[in-house]
Amino acid sequence: MPVDMRTFLAHVELANPVTTAAGCAASGRELAQFFDLHRLGALTTRSVTMAPRAGRPTPRMAETASGMLNSVGLQGPGIDAFLERELPWLAQRGIRTIVSVGGGTVAEYSELARRLADAPGVTALEVNLSCPNIEDRGRVFAREGAAAAEVIASVRSIMRYDVPVVAKLAPDVADIVSVARACVDAGADALSMINNPLGMAIDTVALRPSLAAVTGGLSGPAILPLAVRCVWQVHAALPGVPLIGVGGVMTGDDAFQLILAGACAVGVGTALFHDPYACLRIERELEDLLQARGFQRLADAVGLAHRPPGSAPRHLLVDSEESSP
Amino acid sequence: MQVTGTVLTTRRVDAYHALTVVAPGIAERHRPGHFVSVAVGGPGTSMITRRAFTVHDVKPDYGGTVELVFTVRGPGTAWLAERRARDTLNLVGPLGRPFPLPRDPVHCVLVGDEYGAAVLFPVADALMERGCRVDFLLGGASADRVFGAMRARRMAATTTLTTEDGSLGLRGKVTDALPSVIADTRADAVYACGPMDTLRAVTAVAMEFDIPVQVAVEESMACGIGVCMTCVLPVIGDDGVTRMVRACADGPVFRGERVRFEDVGTIPFDALGAPGGGARHAG
Repeated sequence: MPVDMRTFLAHVELANPVTTAAGCAASGRELAQFFDLHRLGALTTRSVTMAPRAGRPTPRMAETASGMLNSVGLQGPGIDAFLERELPWLAQRGIRTIVSVGGGTVAEYSELARRLADAPGVTALEVNLSCPNIEDRGRVFAREGAAAAEVIASVRSIMRYDVPVVAKLAPDVADIVSVARACVDAGADALSMINNPLGMAIDTVALRPSLAAVTGGLSGPAILPLAVRCVWQVHAALPGVPLIGVGGVMTGDDAFQLILAGACAVGVGTALFHDPYACLRIERELEDLLQARGFQRLADAVGLAHRPPGSAPRHLLVDSEESSP
Repeated sequence: MQVTGTVLTTRRVDAYHALTVVAPGIAERHRPGHFVSVAVGGPGTSMITRRAFTVHDVKPDYGGTVELVFTVRGPGTAWLAERRARDTLNLVGPLGRPFPLPRDPVHCVLVGDEYGAAVLFPVADALMERGCRVDFLLGGASADRVFGAMRARRMAATTTLTTEDGSLGLRGKVTDALPSVIADTRADAVYACGPMDTLRAVTAVAMEFDIPVQVAVEESMACGIGVCMTCVLPVIGDDGVTRMVRACADGPVFRGERVRFEDVGTIPFDALGAPGGGARHAG
C-alpha cells in the first residue's frame, strides 16, 4: 500500500513533503526542462528583494569537503520583474509556490508583503531573516529574537490570513529556540531551518580567500547534522509548529532524519546542483523508507525520534498485523 | 537530460585527457558549443559540484558518443582522468546555448587557446557543411598544450599555430597572430574559446577589423543548469543594459563585444541591480 505522503504547512496541504530550498531553483523554468514541477511538494523561489540585485562579484562558489560555499548575494530581478514574469509563470501552471522574500529593513519586508498580498499563486511566504539589517550595523535579523519578531509581526499583519508566513532561521545563533519562539509569538505559522551557516575557504595557491566576498554560506551534506540538531531542538520546544527541515539533504535517508527530528516538510537545495532530479529521487526514497518501516502516513513519522526511550513505535503493530495471517 | 554514460575509450592528447562516453540522448541533441556536466568522485563522494566540459566530438557509434577534453586541475578532474573503458559516468546535457552559425558561406577564423580549442571542431564541421571557409588559429604555452593541430590541418584551409615558448609554430599568443590571419583569409567572422584574457584580446582584434566575434567562455560552475547563480559575468543586453548573466544558461556563447571582459570578476557600477547607484536607479 502506498504511503500517504501528504503534509500540512499550517493549513496548506502539500501533496508531498519535498520542496526546493530558497535560492536553489532560480525562477523554476530551469528545473522545468528536467521534470514536471507539479511533482514537487512546493517550489520555493529565490529570495525576492524590492530592487533588482546584481549580487556579489565572482568567484562566488568554492567546493569544500562534502559541501560548498556560496556568496551569490541574493542576485535577482526585483519584485516588479518577479510579479510580472516569474510568479505568473508558476501560477498559470498551478505550481505550489513558496515565495521567499529578503530585505534590509522592516519597512522593505513590509513593502514586499504588501506587493505579494494580492498576487495570485502565493502558497506561502517564506521570510529570509538572514539578511543584513541596514538599521542595525548590518547584523542579520535572524541573529536575535526581537529583530526577527519585528519583521515577522509586520509581514504577518500584511499578508492575507490564508497565506502562511514561514520564518527562515539561521543556525549561526547562540539559541535557535529563543529565536524560533520569538518568531512564533510574532505570528509565524511555520518555521524553516536552517539557512546556510557562514564559512570560509582560502586558496592556498593564490594565498587569498577563495570567494570574492571572503565569507560565504556553507551548504551540502556537511551541514545536515546541524540542520537535524536545530530541527530537533525547535521541535522539542515547540512541538505544535510546522517545521520545514532544510540543510544538506542529498538522499531520502537524510530527509527521513529531518522528519524524525520533527520536520513535516523537507527542503532540497545543494543536491539540485548535483542532480536536477534530486527532489523526485529523494521523495521516492523517502516513501520507500517509510514503507519499509511500516508507516502508512508520513505524518506518523514526524518527530517520532522524540518518543521516550522504551516506548514502542506505532508502526511495529502495523508490521505484525500484516504478517500474521 | 541526465544519463548514465559508459566510458568507451580514454586517451592522452599531449598534455590533455580525452574521454569518449556513450551517451545517445546527449549526442543526438548536441549542437556545436553545447557543454555537458559530469558528476565526479563516484557514489558517496565528498565532491558535490558537477564539472562542466565542452564537447570535442560527437559520433553516431553505439547510438551516439560524446568526447570530452580536459586537463587535470584538481581532485575532480584527477578522478575523471583515472576513468577507464566500461566505467560509468553521470552526465547532464546538452547544456547552454550553442554557437550561432552564419546563413551564408562566409570565411570564418576559429581561434582556440589551450584545450578550449576542443569545442571548435564541431563548429568547424557545421560551418563547412554550410560551405564556409574555415581557418584555424590554435595556441598554447608550449607544443604539448596546443590542442588539435593535426585535425585542424586536415580540415581547415589554413592552420596557424602559436606557442609562448616558440616550441611549435609562431612564438607568441594566438592574439599576436590573429590580425594577420584575419587579413590573409579575409575573414568575415571569428569564433573563439579559451581563457578570459584570450577572449578579451580576440574580441578587441575582431572589433578593430569590424567583424562579428562569438566567444565561448570558461567560467567555473557548480550546477551547469542555471540554478546556482555562481557562474555570472557582466554582459550588455540588446537594450544596452549590463546584467550579471549566467555563463551556463545564458551562455557559454556570447557575442564578444557584448561581454565586459575588463569587468569580469566585479559587479560594474552601472550593472542592473549593482550596489549603490544601480539599485537605487532601478528601484
